Amino acid sequence: MPAESPVLVLAGAEEQPLRDLTSYRAVGGYAQLAKARSQEPQQVIQELIESNLRGRGGAFFPTGRKASFIPTPDKIAKPIYIAVNADESEPGTFKDREIMLRVPHRLIEGCLIAAHAIQSTFVFIYIRGEYSTEYDVLKAALDEADAAGLLGGVTMIIHRGAGAYICGEETALLSSLEGERGQPRSKPPFPAIEGLYAAPTLINNVETITTIPKVLEVGPAEYAQIGAPPDSTGTRVFCLSGNVVRPGAYELPHGITTRHLIEEVGGGVPDGRSLKAVMMGGSSFPVMTPDDLDTKLDANSLGQKGYFIGSGVVCVLDDRTCMVQFALRVGQFYMHESCGKCTPCRVGTRWLVQMLRAVENGTASESDLDLALDVCDRIIGKCLCVLGDSDAMIVASCVTKFRDEFRAHLEHGGCPFGHDSSLDRLFAPSDQHDLAPVAHEVRV
Amino acid sequence: MSALVEDIRTIAKQYPESKSAILPALRLAQQQYGWLSREALEEVGEALDLTPAYCMSVASFYDMLHLEPVGTHVIEVCTNVCCGLVNAQAVLEAFELELGVAPGETTSDGAVTLRAVECLGGCSTPTLVAVDHRYRQSVTPEDVPAIVRELRDAG
Repeated sequence: MPAESPVLVLAGAEEQPLRDLTSYRAVGGYAQLAKARSQEPQQVIQELIESNLRGRGGAFFPTGRKASFIPTPDKIAKPIYIAVNADESEPGTFKDREIMLRVPHRLIEGCLIAAHAIQSTFVFIYIRGEYSTEYDVLKAALDEADAAGLLGGVTMIIHRGAGAYICGEETALLSSLEGERGQPRSKPPFPAIEGLYAAPTLINNVETITTIPKVLEVGPAEYAQIGAPPDSTGTRVFCLSGNVVRPGAYELPHGITTRHLIEEVGGGVPDGRSLKAVMMGGSSFPVMTPDDLDTKLDANSLGQKGYFIGSGVVCVLDDRTCMVQFALRVGQFYMHESCGKCTPCRVGTRWLVQMLRAVENGTASESDLDLALDVCDRIIGKCLCVLGDSDAMIVASCVTKFRDEFRAHLEHGGCPFGHDSSLDRLFAPSDQHDLAPVAHEVRV
Repeated sequence: MSALVEDIRTIAKQYPESKSAILPALRLAQQQYGWLSREALEEVGEALDLTPAYCMSVASFYDMLHLEPVGTHVIEVCTNVCCGLVNAQAVLEAFELELGVAPGETTSDGAVTLRAVECLGGCSTPTLVAVDHRYRQSVTPEDVPAIVRELRDAG
């Protein structure tokens, strides 16, 4: 690590937000856009490839390579689009919100550099519908950039969602942006070839795009040395939450340990409690157990132990947490957000909720735990998108890693925590709706 | 042609295809009428040259679009796990007690709708509560009576 905890994405906004154009310019804002525009588009893509910047939305795909898949205008008689994914809805994730509130102009600069790189003149920022203040801040910054003549012929539209987790999935986002129900599409064709309105479309997460000006500023070779090279370069805006003394969005290099983030940066678990598990990467991935706390926060180190860096979520669960209630509540989220297009996801997410509820109530049997794992197996890899897989991965990890605790519910005839679990009786929005049955109740 | 239809058509012109304007259109209609009645969906359809049935199919997909009347004010409490670990259930119950309604219901005078919602992206400042779509951070059960009073005073 050459530099001591470099701050890149949130640079200049450590103390207070950097919202107006003048203060953004004072920290070098839009200088990289000017530089990029003086270069050939292909050279900008080459620099992104050299930096090995990877997608911060969850999939960690190399950003430069993704941009290189977009056909150049001389190869295709269609417009080329950029869709920025600001539909941040993964439970535990709030980094894109922080970025939009603190450095809106850096996001816009990143969009304009990306537009130059792939020779696009149309950028959509799809922002989640619930983000009202974030929309206002971003819109004000965009208007300012426009008035200052920075858009350079690029049309930018901030498109507001209306409340649907699945629209963060890239093809569902495109469906929603086209004015349809936000349901995913099968791939191929990939969005780089047939995306928005069946035209080539580059889709990137907010944090990824906002990192681009800093990659060019520090230089791709230097950037590639930050963090945990060669695969996990640069910094992440980690989302620390849950049972921790100082929750927050912390920009730190890849490769710090989970323990460092939780204990040193976050101040550890409060109230003299102990750490029981970590929701790692988001709610879509296996939970981490305390014996793996020294695992470094980079894709390879996490991957070797079966974890994912996802959207940079580190949510701490202390020893008051009933893991059955945790799995149930997460399961209710996925059931609520399943778009209903694929049967394994539509039906499977519902079955898992029914089984987990039966475990929590103590009416399930030991074989039902195996049945739950079997259902998870029958979801994973069998759907158009990863929503069902996400549910199955986290639920299966809870059942497998905390099987004794699940079993204790069955032996105890109910939750052994009584009402002492921090998630006791936690209400789920799915219980507000009269959910018409879409599948036969599973017999548990 | 109503003002709403005109406004929607203006928005639609920004997009390469007008159908893309359906979410802004539905949001605008809801802002005007409070919820998306059959008549509101017909207006959106007229503006974008879509059938009311199609507009309904899209509207029903999204959590923020209401197909039934809601209160003048809407209180939305995040009850996903990150807020849940830090007392979201107690905050939700404090609102239930203060308003006398269950999540998903509206007070009998039509003033306030209470909803539980999925993760709002405010996990570092639990419990996150959206009051008329503006975030209140680090809300505790003790804060609840003042929030409700504020809305009732606002009318």
